[in-house]
Amino acid sequence: MAQSFRLPEGGVIDRSKSLRFSFDGRSYEGHPGDTLASALLANGVHLVGRSFKYHRPRGIFSAGAEEPNALVQLGEDPRTDPNQRATQVELFDGLTAMPQHCWPSLEFDLNETASLASRFLPSGFYYKTFMWPNWKLFEGPIRHAAGLGRAPRLPDPDRYDKTYAHCDLLVVGGGPAGLAAALAAGRRGARVLLVEQDSTLGGHLLSSPDSEIDGQPAAEWVEAARAELESLPEVRVLTRSTCFAYYDHNFLGVLEKVTDHYAPYSRPQHLPRQRMWKVRAAQVVLASGAIERPPVFRDNDRPGIMLASAASAYLRRWGVKPGGRALVLTNNDSGYRAALDLKNAGVDLAAVIDLRLAAEGPLSAQARDEGIPIRSGHAVTGTQGHLRLRKAFVAPMDGEGRRVFGGGEPIECDLLAVSGGWNPTVHLFCQSKGSLEWDEQLACFRPARSMQRNQAVVGGANGTFALGEALREAHAAGLQAAEAAGFAGSGSERQAPRAGGEGDFLPLREIYLVPSIQPVGQGGKHFVDQQHDVAASDLLLALREGYRSIEHVKRYTTTGMATDQGKTSNVNAIGIVAEHLGKPVPEVGVTTFRPPYTAVTFGAFAGRDVDGLLDPERTTPMHGWHQAQGAAFEDVGQWKRAWYYPRPGEDMHTAVAREVKATRDSLGILDATTLGKIEVRGPDAARFLDLVYTNMFSTLKVGRCRYGLMLKEDGMVFDDGVTSRLAEDRFLMTTTTGGAANVLDWLEEWLQTEWPEMKVYLTSVTEQWATMTISGPKAKALLGEVSDLKLDSETFPHMSFAEGRVAGVKARVFRISFTGEMSFEINVPARYGLAVWETLIRAGAKYAITPYGTEAMHVLRAEKGFIIVGQETDGSVTPLDLGMNWIVSKKKPDFLGRRSLFRPDMQKPDRKQLVGIETEDGREVLPEGAQLVESNGAARPPVPMVGHVTSSYWSPNCGKAIALALVKGGQARMGQRLYAPLADRTVACTITEPVFFDKAGERLHG
Amino acid sequence: MLLIDCPHCGPRSETEFSYGGEAHIARPLDPAALSDAEWADYVFLRDNPKGLIRERWMHAHGCRRWFNVARDTVTYEILTVYPMGAEPPDLPERRYP
Ligand SMILES: [Zn+2]
Repeated sequence: MAQSFRLPEGGVIDRSKSLRFSFDGRSYEGHPGDTLASALLANGVHLVGRSFKYHRPRGIFSAGAEEPNALVQLGEDPRTDPNQRATQVELFDGLTAMPQHCWPSLEFDLNETASLASRFLPSGFYYKTFMWPNWKLFEGPIRHAAGLGRAPRLPDPDRYDKTYAHCDLLVVGGGPAGLAAALAAGRRGARVLLVEQDSTLGGHLLSSPDSEIDGQPAAEWVEAARAELESLPEVRVLTRSTCFAYYDHNFLGVLEKVTDHYAPYSRPQHLPRQRMWKVRAAQVVLASGAIERPPVFRDNDRPGIMLASAASAYLRRWGVKPGGRALVLTNNDSGYRAALDLKNAGVDLAAVIDLRLAAEGPLSAQARDEGIPIRSGHAVTGTQGHLRLRKAFVAPMDGEGRRVFGGGEPIECDLLAVSGGWNPTVHLFCQSKGSLEWDEQLACFRPARSMQRNQAVVGGANGTFALGEALREAHAAGLQAAEAAGFAGSGSERQAPRAGGEGDFLPLREIYLVPSIQPVGQGGKHFVDQQHDVAASDLLLALREGYRSIEHVKRYTTTGMATDQGKTSNVNAIGIVAEHLGKPVPEVGVTTFRPPYTAVTFGAFAGRDVDGLLDPERTTPMHGWHQAQGAAFEDVGQWKRAWYYPRPGEDMHTAVAREVKATRDSLGILDATTLGKIEVRGPDAARFLDLVYTNMFSTLKVGRCRYGLMLKEDGMVFDDGVTSRLAEDRFLMTTTTGGAANVLDWLEEWLQTEWPEMKVYLTSVTEQWATMTISGPKAKALLGEVSDLKLDSETFPHMSFAEGRVAGVKARVFRISFTGEMSFEINVPARYGLAVWETLIRAGAKYAITPYGTEAMHVLRAEKGFIIVGQETDGSVTPLDLGMNWIVSKKKPDFLGRRSLFRPDMQKPDRKQLVGIETEDGREVLPEGAQLVESNGAARPPVPMVGHVTSSYWSPNCGKAIALALVKGGQARMGQRLYAPLADRTVACTITEPVFFDKAGERLHG
Repeated sequence: MLLIDCPHCGPRSETEFSYGGEAHIARPLDPAALSDAEWADYVFLRDNPKGLIRERWMHAHGCRRWFNVARDTVTYEILTVYPMGAEPPDLPERRYP
């Protein structure tokens, strides 16, 4: 029968409309206002999943964010989400959900036999099993048996947004305390942001609609508060919005589920699926409420066992009977709220089992007056029922609460509502580094000291459980926050809302581990963390094995480390450890709370920063031309650089070989726009460059260029490039493509922090100039034809620059070379880049001008033994290691990094030094990164590594493979043999000088 | 995430800044005169106090100016910001157990 457990009336649901949904392939109906959990319960469905490790049948345990069991796979590819708490999923028409980690079916799960083998899955199982060398044998079967839902296989079709918000006051939680705080501050005109994870405001008042506030029924007071907040122009209320993270200086993350509650076909197209709010709040009031703590008794995990507060919520908020015949287990007065609600709803209530010696408190008294049977000083010693609770066993306890008498009397029931006290929801407070103290009377951790300024915790989150007191506290916190944010009172302000003391649950008896007829661990399991299947026996085992710190016990047993982060288990684990060690709870301490409070979709973190918008792409003015030529591109930092230009039928190897050869034979052209360009200007520019480069720049003549090497203060090579003196007080520095921003930062740092007296200023001009390098024997001829420059070596020698017109455009031309060929680097204003490039291509046709990409550029420079910073260097390489002593000035008394070069470690002969490597075979190209050893593979491991290959290519001009490598003491090992052990073979090679082509350097001069 | 009061732009989120480590470490005027140990102390060694630290920040995605910050490394409170080259403000040391 449809919704046979729906009460005839009551609840905040719209009974006029029906919504169809499916779970585990079966169709059901529910109403707007339902969650997936309440709708399932209305249809009598309790069994919703299998447990993580033992595959035990599990049901709906809570009615909120703390849910450990009712995790479902929601929707279908590509719109599917794993691990969704059925207790927080709003029902919509057409919703589909599937249970997780059960196989082959929910009712019949083969892996449930793992339960029988549970003595083989004790705590620390993973640490003890997944050990070298046999861990691979276990990984497959364990992964198949475990697993929490599945990720979508297709790309996410939805849109997510990110937004920032700044407010005077952020209130987290839309229950009575949060509403009171928001009203108090909002009425003063403060900009208030109130966030509530639920679909509607009210918090726990939704489950107790007949509580009274200011003489009104709670539901009416909440509605009035909502309406008033909405009327205040500076107040914004976000529902379906979870504050999941709290960082320093009142920076908080909020996930707003914008359209998740609509049926997919009716989701408004203009809205994102979810929105990530990054909130910076002047003041924060945490009114995040409290979460009920379950008592830990034997076989406490069967479907039909749920928190007492959840039973009340299903009855009162959703008009659903969570069972036909109920039993209540409690150690405090609040359990009686569920008993009274069950009785009022006409559920057959067997009894209240009270762990306390006597039932005390206002609700207990009311229950007694209403004739509810109460058994105080009793325990539930175990339960029965496979897919649903059938029976609980009840026995009297001794005065200590450590033992029970007798075998336990069976009581038939299909619902067991349990309460073990309340834990303030301190997650956000603790994330913000607030510290807790143990409240002896309430038996809970509550906020003690804030680490953040301008923060208050109110209501249940603060351990203030009585409604009237919570409202007063929250109202005061709201006023104080407004005051601190500059909104003074008028003197005729409204008072705090008034209400009675309900919600107080004292007295409470602390029993963390409820005794059974057998010792813990025998005859059944006392589950502490249901989501990770951690039982009390696992905790005790960890203690027996010597773990004492609660952080270690937590990691060893994985208690509280599931997706629910132990919302219903952490304090019980601490309590059980304390009981067992005979220590007070506060001495055991608490574990660390980390974001997120509840899981956040990756999509929401990414927002729009996906695909092409992930990172800016930088392209040169000639990019379109490269594309039209079919170039392959490589990413260099954010730049897209032409990598090689394959002709039809060519692979990368052939294309690169052709480009390399053409450049040496006749003429090549490279787009070098991406090289970093920094103008260094000012009267002290030359003196400044003398300090940041290893070599001298003050002696550089105007119109000349010089290659320079930059070191960090530790003496390690940091960047290199050619710097030209444009005028007495003006230099143009070039940097590596990837290092440009870092170099600018580095130079700025010294100018601003150490040498502020220097009159130097720096301007990045990388994007102002398009740069093209023509290189090869015909370079001079081509440039002569398209420019007005005098190119004879007298007027325009190597390492000099000239200004003139190239292809009719004003240009700076540098005669410098990274290929070893005569080369000209032509710089024109960026907007003329393409035109000049195309002119060069046209005019160069008669010389078979060949565009070459970065790969050919790398080969050409490697043939000459020129280093690339970041390839031959890795932050641990000095100029001496590179054999570049010639560039380290002996005359300058100081430059950055100089003193470090004289440290004893820098002088050691066995430092890794740059060498060339040729393979014996000559055709074998070593992989870059290959390690080099001295023995040929016959030696027993471990074999000492003496070096590694940094660059390696096929050199068409040399007709053999060439490589650069860093080898220990390499400069003294010329001609020696080394071996490169690869996965399938060992390659013999020889150490050479790191120059392979035109060793005399004659080609530079044409 | 810290809220840093840039002396030139006002309060901005930490993500706009880059960190420059401990402040008031002057580069030695004559490095060649230092022993290896003295030089290593300048290059490699920094204090890691629990409590008050004076450190350098740069407003990388803003004015790009360097400045000094006095911060408590336990509470992450920023006690004051002051310009490069200024004398460190006289602040009480913060001691934690
Ligand atoms: Zn700034």
